[in-house]
Amino acid sequence: MTDVMDRPALKVVGTRPIRPDGVDKVTGRAQFGADFHLPGMLVGKIKRSPHAHARIVSIDTRKARALAGVKAVITAADLPDLASQEYEAGESASNLRDLSQNCMARDKALYQGHALAAVAAVSAQVADEALDLIEVVYEVLPHVIDVEAAMEPSAPVLHAHLFTEGLAERPATASNIAKVNRLGRGDLEAGFGEADVVVQGRYTTKAVHQGYIEPHACVAQVSQDGQCQVWSSSQGQFMVRTYCAKILGLEIADIRVTPAEIGGGFGGKTTVYLEPLALALSRQSGHPVKMVMTREEVFRATGPTSGAVIEVKLGAKQDGTIVAADVVLKYQAGAFPGSPVGAGSMTALAAYDIPNVAITGYDVVTNSPKVAAYRAPGAPISAFGVESAIDDLARELGMDPIVLREKNGVVSGVKAVYGPTYRDIGYLETLKAIKDHPHYAAPLGPNQGRGVAVGFWFNVGGESTAAVHVNEDGSAVVVTGNPDIGGSRASMAMMAAEVLGLPVEQVRPIVADTASIGFSMLTGGSRTTFATGMAVTQAAGKIVEDVKRRAALIWDTTVDKVAWESGQAVCLDATKSAVKPLTLAAIAAQAGRTGGPISAEVSLNAQGAGPGFAVHLCDVEIDRETGHVTVVRYTAAQDVGRAIHPAYVEGQIQGGVAQGVGWALNEEYIFDADGQMENAGFLDYRVPVASDLPMIDAVLVEVPNPRHPFGAKGVGEAPIVPPLAAVANAVRDALGVRMCDLPLSPPKIRAVVDGLAS
Amino acid sequence: MVHVVLAGADGREFTGGEGAFDVEATSVRRLILALDQRFPGFGDYVERRMAFAIDGVIHQDAYGAELAPDSEVCLIPKIGGG
Repeated sequence: MTDVMDRPALKVVGTRPIRPDGVDKVTGRAQFGADFHLPGMLVGKIKRSPHAHARIVSIDTRKARALAGVKAVITAADLPDLASQEYEAGESASNLRDLSQNCMARDKALYQGHALAAVAAVSAQVADEALDLIEVVYEVLPHVIDVEAAMEPSAPVLHAHLFTEGLAERPATASNIAKVNRLGRGDLEAGFGEADVVVQGRYTTKAVHQGYIEPHACVAQVSQDGQCQVWSSSQGQFMVRTYCAKILGLEIADIRVTPAEIGGGFGGKTTVYLEPLALALSRQSGHPVKMVMTREEVFRATGPTSGAVIEVKLGAKQDGTIVAADVVLKYQAGAFPGSPVGAGSMTALAAYDIPNVAITGYDVVTNSPKVAAYRAPGAPISAFGVESAIDDLARELGMDPIVLREKNGVVSGVKAVYGPTYRDIGYLETLKAIKDHPHYAAPLGPNQGRGVAVGFWFNVGGESTAAVHVNEDGSAVVVTGNPDIGGSRASMAMMAAEVLGLPVEQVRPIVADTASIGFSMLTGGSRTTFATGMAVTQAAGKIVEDVKRRAALIWDTTVDKVAWESGQAVCLDATKSAVKPLTLAAIAAQAGRTGGPISAEVSLNAQGAGPGFAVHLCDVEIDRETGHVTVVRYTAAQDVGRAIHPAYVEGQIQGGVAQGVGWALNEEYIFDADGQMENAGFLDYRVPVASDLPMIDAVLVEVPNPRHPFGAKGVGEAPIVPPLAAVANAVRDALGVRMCDLPLSPPKIRAVVDGLAS
Repeated sequence: MVHVVLAGADGREFTGGEGAFDVEATSVRRLILALDQRFPGFGDYVERRMAFAIDGVIHQDAYGAELAPDSEVCLIPKIGGG
């Protein structure tokens, strides 16, 4: 496995070639989900609930169906009524009943924006008119959105069938608490008994959206013979295929899904909303149907991540040894169970070696959109609480915050709080990178403060397929089944080029549809460069073995007397001293004579992903008049294993920081008393733009993962974990007051400043 | 004997609350079968919900992964991502 990594000099891996998708994107030629058109295509639109919680008494679609230009109208009655069943598609199991009812409400509307019916019409105008003609009778029910309010026994219950999992005994009554997770070790009481210093805090975060620029969009077509095609932007075309088949009761073999270019996903496109409805509308109408969400629909009806309450209590000895930690996490799941509180629990203390620990997590359904994955799902939330408390502990002890983290930091061989024993991790190296960085010792100006925080993400592997085809001229095509959401095409081409010995410009990476490449789990969990990259590397390795065999045939020698060096076959047979090396182009030109086309495909289930640690350093400046917080300097170090394309890795880190800063300072779902989201647009839901941020200095720490041929670790998720706390700790440093409730928006800062003044 | 550890509360309803035990198994598939034999229903639960950290290396859905006689297998919830 490590033979490639151990090569003395890599020629392609670690360099910064121009991205293969760059020209199309900057010239506007890239085809995103909304760009696809078919002749006779209809426009599909969705009727959505205006109520946060309501029983659907009746839906009358007769007037809509009678409107000229309307070709199809569907409700949940047009979809199979699925039983509760967990099914694995994409990366982990989903409950098919919940998934279906999130796409289209059946008996109850569970959040404002929940889909109730859909129409397909000859124009957007006619479709809108038809939506207005659909008559829905509601029995409006009390709603609950706040996570702790939803946990109360007196709260309106969303699902009569939901009984809390994870309790010693099955409860007698239904509850909004879907599950209780418990994680721990040691003796918490004894641990706190040993402590010289105890700090504790209660922290809150609001629901925030992934904020991808491209709204959900798809085109679906069902032919008269039942063959279905879908073109959509998602994080996994195979995930779309499976979920559509299950939700509609179709055969997987009858569905072909072609991935469009994707304008951001960040986890939010790891599920389906439109595709099954577009297929159902196409099936009914006999026409292709295009559906594109508005930005408002994206906010109201697709998954944000959880709002949460985090309670943290830490105990430490005077020398800084942390002896006990008690963490309670309460996460909104939205309308159906499945918040990321499990991952939040496992990551909360993953950077610390603490003997006595208890972590309790609550997964709580609420009358808000079902949460979806968002970069390192759950981890930024728990890290916000823990890293804020660690910062307070450092102040209480009078210790440098990095020294405190070094003293308690995990190393290889230490058992993680969540169970496994760490191997090949680079946490202390990453802490050192920040401690040694000039930023750490740089002076601060007036009204400025500095914060440190760390983050952890597991990274995953999983099932991937890759094919490598050598063209007649010796160039190559790399085919994978993973949408490129963060630069994976470049890294796939680079790994293939490295093994084949080709210039990377001669390797064209392609993302194929579901009929053109074997199954791959979706792009998520920071798995693609690791797992699909492993498949690409192995496929390229098979090509090398094949061309060595062909060279031996050409030279009339044996394959053990052929070496592959710098992209050409070299003859080691002493009796053939006159022969010259054969390039891949030369061998490809004789492919027909040596066995036919040169091609290889590898399918695997990659195991042994290496976890990533991130350490961030943030300086803020507070405008005491307006309450505005400006991030004036930011340095982010991360153990990346080995950076295949360092510029892309830096981009992942910078993007994670930008999103985390938005989460910390501005972003939040705001609901009115009726459960209506009040800020469903980018004017009122404020994501950071380039002018809000300084240049983010990304520091790559390379501690290779020996289980990947080039040592890669996933890099896309760890960088969003620390920023919430790094910003909050910097604000604490600037103001002298701990602020525990995100976002740290100007009104909240002003209230603190005013309080200090008075 | 392979040493099996449940890091959290997940699955303990099948094990009577036990969080660590030894099992005879040479592969993940055999471990799942052995767990199901010892705690009926647990093998199926583990297959659907859990990942295997084998001596610190996380495996998901890996029947063929080999276990040494002194391996430690930590069962953790399956991990997804964003």
